[in-house]
Amino acid sequence: MVSLPTRRRLVNLASQIGSVLTVCFGLFWLGWILLTLVQYGIPGMNLSLFTQMTPPPGSAGGLLNAIAGSVFLVMLSTLIGTPIGILAGTYMAEYGETGWLSPATRFINDILLSAPSIVIGLFVYEVYVVPSRHFSGLAGSLALGLLVIPVVVRTTENMLKLVPNRFREAAAALGTPQWKIITKITLRASRAGIITGILLAVARISGETAPLLFTALNNQFWSNNINRPMANLPVTIFEYAMSPYRDWHNLAWAGALLITLGVLGLNIVARTFFRQGKPGN
Amino acid sequence: MSRRTSDLHLNVHFVADLLFRNVTRFFALLVLLLLAGIMISLFIGSLPAIKKFGFGFIVNSRWNPVTEEFGGLVPILGTIATSAIALLIAVPVSFGIALFLTEMCPGWLRRPLGTGIELLAGIPSIIYGMWGLFVFAPLFRDNAEPWINSHLGTLPLIGVLLRGPPMGIGVLTAGMILSIMVIPFIASVMRDVFEVVPPLLRESAYGLGATTWEVVRNIVLPYTKVGVVGGIMLGLGRALGETMAVTFVIGNAHELNASLLMPGNSIASTLANEFTEAVGTLYTSSLIELGLLLFFITFVVLALAKLLLIRLTRLEGAQF
Repeated sequence: MVSLPTRRRLVNLASQIGSVLTVCFGLFWLGWILLTLVQYGIPGMNLSLFTQMTPPPGSAGGLLNAIAGSVFLVMLSTLIGTPIGILAGTYMAEYGETGWLSPATRFINDILLSAPSIVIGLFVYEVYVVPSRHFSGLAGSLALGLLVIPVVVRTTENMLKLVPNRFREAAAALGTPQWKIITKITLRASRAGIITGILLAVARISGETAPLLFTALNNQFWSNNINRPMANLPVTIFEYAMSPYRDWHNLAWAGALLITLGVLGLNIVARTFFRQGKPGN
Repeated sequence: MSRRTSDLHLNVHFVADLLFRNVTRFFALLVLLLLAGIMISLFIGSLPAIKKFGFGFIVNSRWNPVTEEFGGLVPILGTIATSAIALLIAVPVSFGIALFLTEMCPGWLRRPLGTGIELLAGIPSIIYGMWGLFVFAPLFRDNAEPWINSHLGTLPLIGVLLRGPPMGIGVLTAGMILSIMVIPFIASVMRDVFEVVPPLLRESAYGLGATTWEVVRNIVLPYTKVGVVGGIMLGLGRALGETMAVTFVIGNAHELNASLLMPGNSIASTLANEFTEAVGTLYTSSLIELGLLLFFITFVVLALAKLLLIRLTRLEGAQF
């Protein structure tokens, strides 16, 4: 029979060891996945990846059209989602003290933040692809734009709320109209935080595949018509990885490495940027 | 400045204020309407299937595009099974990670470690899928599944779940990969709610001689249990709707199987695989109905999560 103090110590030790093990468990997968990506992705990393189009099976090629399409889709969807997100977030932070709209929007926004992205794709399919009768780059951008909105709404609201009230009061005492207080003072003070939010949103949508499946579809060729299916990196990776061809697999791994580096890079940049530019600093 | 121009200025600002306020208000309302819009459009899209199959849709396991008979039981069960496996693994692990980060971690390690775990959340899900299909599944098939078959497959009751040919891909593999994906979400919520515990309470317990584990067990957990459950629900919401990681490894078979080692299907993977190839109104609208069900289930789960987390912050406000 162990004495009580010994038992307490043992239980504590066991819990601490268990806790350290879980951290190792989490980092183990991160390390393994990154290692796999580097191992399989590096061989495909060469200049032709960025200069040639996606090939038919059995011939050499690159991912140029997919990369360009992805960059374009992400840019367009950020342009669609960001203004809506910032304006909605501004209302919630600056005018939302009273009334039902602001708490209700906050609640729904948090749900949209974690809502399944494939359902967003279905929604855009229903409201845009079906009426317009074709898959298109624009539909893909709309779907991704809808994923940008909740991220930007949330960061905008949180950042505006961090701006000290004395800024608003000082400006109001000088007779500044409210729209000017918001646009020239509070939004400007929280600029760094809001840009962080936009960067995080871009990071999130860059790797999204599911909402593009029924909207932008994919295109084997260079596409600069937003009313036609548009090549993009995630769906290309999906198709190539699921194919039986070895050279397509290699391209998929190279694309996967590219996308992961981009997304993780954006995440890290957003974090450091945020730490330097927090309002009140 | 003459009186007239200053009046004009006031008027301009009055109008501008009104305009600005209402424009921002409109966009806040738009976010709210977006959710309603999704529900309504999916409902309209799934009307043909709802009319044809009624409530039988959710208990029918047949999915036959040729005879146009569709039932959602297999993907619904697959979604539930993969999410359950994911939570079974992810909840204890996330708890351990949160405990380490809040109670044991030396200060200099806290930020890099937290960032590392959060980066796990940043990796796109298609990467998890590819890694699962090409790296994890073959290893799992050759090393783990034969062992699971011969040791766990013979157990009474749960044995039937863990018996089957070692294929690597299947419901179990999908659940395990999902668990890796949701760990960062649950862990970061748990860490945040653990940090809500007032230092006064925590330090009083330490002062009385409690061990780290006793502080967590008797102070932190009782104080934050609502928030912990909220974090778990948030993870569940993520797991239910995850598409690409599951699509790669679940096997995409519309067959009802007791064994978790067999290939199956989840709602999201069915949509990802079949939607663009679906022909005919009934096929498409059955798939949309699956999407509607998925959206509805995740909506309920996420709303509950949110309500629980709101309650935690209220409790905090009420006590201190």
